[in-house]
Amino acid sequence: MEPVSSAPDAPARDASSLDVERLRADFPILSEEVNGEPLVYLDNAATSQKPRQVLEAISGYYASDNANVHRGIHELSRRATDAFEGARQRVARFLGTEDPGEVIWTRGTTEAINLVASSWGGANVGEGDEIVLSDMEHHSNLVPWQLLAARTGARLRFVELADDGTLALEGLAELLSERTKLVALTQVSNSLGTINPIREIADQVHDAGALLLVDGAQGAAHAPVDVASLGADFYAFSGHKMCGPTGIGALWARRELLEAMPPYQGGGEMISLVERHASTWADLPHKFEAGTPNIAGAVGMAAALDYLEGVGHHQILRHEQALVAHAMERLSQVEGLRMFGPADPTRRAGVVSFVMEEAHAHDIATILDSKGIAVRAGHHCTQLVMKRYGVPATARASFYLYNTHEEVDRFADALGRVQSIFG
Amino acid sequence: MVDDVQLSSLYQQLILEHYRSPRNRGELDPCSVEVERLNPTCGDQVVLRLQVGDGVIREARFDGEGCSISQAAVSMMTCLLEGATLEEARALADRFTALMHGKEERRQELRQLGDLRALQGVSRFPVRIKCALLGFEALRVALDQVEESGASGA
Repeated sequence: MEPVSSAPDAPARDASSLDVERLRADFPILSEEVNGEPLVYLDNAATSQKPRQVLEAISGYYASDNANVHRGIHELSRRATDAFEGARQRVARFLGTEDPGEVIWTRGTTEAINLVASSWGGANVGEGDEIVLSDMEHHSNLVPWQLLAARTGARLRFVELADDGTLALEGLAELLSERTKLVALTQVSNSLGTINPIREIADQVHDAGALLLVDGAQGAAHAPVDVASLGADFYAFSGHKMCGPTGIGALWARRELLEAMPPYQGGGEMISLVERHASTWADLPHKFEAGTPNIAGAVGMAAALDYLEGVGHHQILRHEQALVAHAMERLSQVEGLRMFGPADPTRRAGVVSFVMEEAHAHDIATILDSKGIAVRAGHHCTQLVMKRYGVPATARASFYLYNTHEEVDRFADALGRVQSIFG
Repeated sequence: MVDDVQLSSLYQQLILEHYRSPRNRGELDPCSVEVERLNPTCGDQVVLRLQVGDGVIREARFDGEGCSISQAAVSMMTCLLEGATLEEARALADRFTALMHGKEERRQELRQLGDLRALQGVSRFPVRIKCALLGFEALRVALDQVEESGASGA
């Protein structure tokens, strides 16, 4: 397995062995037309598209296995439970852990981080304690810690961003102290594309006696993850960024951490014995899974992991980096265009964020949309990043396994229309 | 479906002109009311300032940053506010909101919208309507505040 934090060799047009044309046939939505043009979907950092294999797994589950899990004696309930727990084992295998009890289903990365902030944070963080974040964090890895700090009197500290869109890690050492309880960082920046050196950071964090939470929302999509070699204590990620459905994701943490944590929500599934005034909790992982779970979502996420493995998950990052290199080369020729993030494409996942002198990001996105090209415009839920680089918003093109070099050219060509209107 | 003709109608010269050379930008002293509105999903920002006396808007100024549609719309709006009564300002907000939601306006009423008529094409771009209405949202809040505080000087 190749952790996402290791920089691969320099990308070239032919560096990836993905058969992109064949893969595209798996994604029905890619044959859609938008505004009279073939769709060019470059908003993958927001959510990826779904292959037939995932769609069929979800509809197949509802068509032939649907029942509630863990509570029926009947055949369908057994099948639904097998599918649901099988999906958990699939996620565990993806993360390189042998223990499916360490995999907690959540609605996605956001809920996984909120779970840690509420449960682990509530039990372990007090007044004067410190949590270290960075200015690169998505709001989902910032606001839950603000809420925790407001509840407990803990203090948030921030790793700053360097001019090139990487973390200014030389400042990390002085942020860490015996007061530091947790460092929570993203594996890959959703607005800059920067790949963070999590492995090296993990050693520093652990030497200081703190725990490390890794926001894998963007990271897991691009390359296989091995949580142990990554050095994470908590790892949160979402299915929908990696060919799976929305509304499903997972939290991974070491068993001893999860066992010491109080429940997150109360309800069915998460209990053992219930009396009038007190209850006892179910064993892991069910202690953290109150209520009927998103069974079809879990099945779809497992199908997505199977799909990525079949495609060659370790090839995806390199393919994206080739597309990014191509896009950066084309965009660097556009007058008045400014790009953000590392200049070296091998330090990025498939994201190119940019602004144009005359046209605001929204206007860029509207004009590209009229050509069938989907990009995101705005602050990308990273207002600290926008503030750091002094822009209200950026336009962002983000690539995935099914994007082509022809699409990069169509995107870059369409920026000419922006210039003709605003230039 | 959006074609190039519609795109051109969205980005009319008059809109680009207000975007590049906004009218009534800046501070206001004395200022009866100042209202900031943000579009949290996209970062558009407008700060609207009104000087009100005897129930009439004497002067209107704004600051802000954002896309061409949001900034041109608020620039055009301020041009129509000077000398308007609070009721007229509210009617203007209602009329422009109706235009954005694609409701047909009689020609005579359209004329009262001044340069804002150039924004008619925005109604074909549902996700951009909130950009065009940001300044008017600020205006409604400002009018409410003036009336509540009795600062209209009436």
